Amino acid sequence: MILQMKNIYLRKEKSRILGGVSINVPEGSFFVLMGPTGCGKTSLLRLAGLLDKPDSGEVHFHGIPVPSKGEALFQTRRRIATMFQSPVMFRGTVWSNISWGLKIRGVSKTEIARRVEQILDFTDLESFAHRDASTLSGGERRRTALARALVLNPELLILDEPTTSLDPSFKRDLLKRLSEIHSRTGTTFLMATHDFTDALAVGTIGAVMRNGLVTQAGSIDQLLFKPENSFMASFTGMRNIFPAEFTGSMARVGEVDVAHAGNRNGHGFLAIPPESIVLALSKKVTSERNRLTGIVKSVERSGINWDVVVEVADISFTVAITTGALHELSVTTGSSIYLSFKASAVHLF
Amino acid sequence: MFHLIEAFGIALRMIVSGDTVVFSIALRTLLIASASTLAATLLFVPLGCLIHFNSFRGKRLATGFIQTMYSVPTVFVGMLVFLMISRTGPLGGMGILFSPWAIILGEIVLIFPIITGLTISALQGTGKGLEDTAIALGASRRTMVLKVLTEARYTMFTSVLMGFGRALSEVGVAIMVGGNIAGHTRTLTTAIALGVGKGETASSIALGLILLFLAMMVSIMVNLLQHGGNR
Repeated sequence: MILQMKNIYLRKEKSRILGGVSINVPEGSFFVLMGPTGCGKTSLLRLAGLLDKPDSGEVHFHGIPVPSKGEALFQTRRRIATMFQSPVMFRGTVWSNISWGLKIRGVSKTEIARRVEQILDFTDLESFAHRDASTLSGGERRRTALARALVLNPELLILDEPTTSLDPSFKRDLLKRLSEIHSRTGTTFLMATHDFTDALAVGTIGAVMRNGLVTQAGSIDQLLFKPENSFMASFTGMRNIFPAEFTGSMARVGEVDVAHAGNRNGHGFLAIPPESIVLALSKKVTSERNRLTGIVKSVERSGINWDVVVEVADISFTVAITTGALHELSVTTGSSIYLSFKASAVHLF
Repeated sequence: MFHLIEAFGIALRMIVSGDTVVFSIALRTLLIASASTLAATLLFVPLGCLIHFNSFRGKRLATGFIQTMYSVPTVFVGMLVFLMISRTGPLGGMGILFSPWAIILGEIVLIFPIITGLTISALQGTGKGLEDTAIALGASRRTMVLKVLTEARYTMFTSVLMGFGRALSEVGVAIMVGGNIAGHTRTLTTAIALGVGKGETASSIALGLILLFLAMMVSIMVNLLQHGGNR
């Protein structure tokens, strides 16, 4: 592990920010720290970047505990680079901004020139090299800040919400670039985001935080497909999350019986992805174990698709369908409709 | 009205012809204001930096107090300094009352809050993000402080100029501890006050125009620096 944070506690002005957080960042990974705004991601990243000190808990870098002060802290901090959510540009050109970190390390002028040229090329910033940094747009600032951090060849690169407030095309471009840089350099990335789709685009492993605690950690696939609680399910974009009473391979959701592929007893939650539910105008013989009849309550556009809300007994299911399917089925509010889904599509937590 | 126009004409002639009395007063004013600003800069810019870069109990209170002292009445400072340096005062032994040194001392006290407070504001204005960025890029605390000072240099120069402007145009301190002695402690502002009282309208206007010119120069420089700082 390049970074281990063990049982970290942090309070600010009498309120608890972090309440015993532990994360392990493997070397070479793209670790994504997720969670809603205000859950403590930035505070944790500042501690990981050795910019702040926790009230209690330990930070290990390459397995060695990092001291809270002194030369060892300073030298360890120099092996990490942090890019903040709103990068601050120094006075001067893009070039002088990128070269500053090397200059203060006493790197020779020729070496600085070589490395800055290389990173400008790497980040597609050659044409900006002599631009006044104060005239850069939000996206260009972030690329410059990224280049300024990358030129230092950090062992760990920390990125705090790098895509926040970027328009979709800039965001896609930046995430693509980050992914490329990660695979080309092998540098370990630790990125915070409140958007799960960012994690899907670049992450290999991650953790989701809520109220100053890690609620689930693991591979991005695990976080997406095996949410351990209803918060995780909702954070990953899952819908149709219901409390349920489980009995073996069946679950009772309100007055509706749902078959699932697991074997469980007692109280819990289940989720059914809206894309996994099939709508039909007549009862068909299908392989799906779950076949229900309901009334269409609403039809709303959701991006390029449509969300159809179907009420079955006292439960409302959201079903995602394409525009073609909407026209084919002539779905209208108040009409009766059949829905079916596989037992294996039901997520339990 | 005719008298005023005539007085303006005489004043302009005094300036153009380089009237010795008028220009010696202007030069003395500049020297005293420059000396007090220089001394205050050497003392209070570092003080402002110390306050900004260090955490201590009562920091916010101290900063707030300094900033509320920006508009302290000059006569109050004059009175305070007078009591300190008069023969019976704690600094009476220095024997500087009614000398240019007394005015310099008074003006140092007068512009202390402006230079200290505006230095703190200039450093605060760079934002915590700048300090964090420097540290995150591998700067030591010393390197970070130097970087912040470099980034805030224009705004800090502005604070010094504001102090100079205040020293240049104040009248309370100069009259109370300087005594307005001709050829010795008479400054532009004290000479104008005296001249108007004595009905010497032309020379007062000439001195006033020079004072106005100097004050405008300071304002222009402040504006230029602020423009440079915003770039």
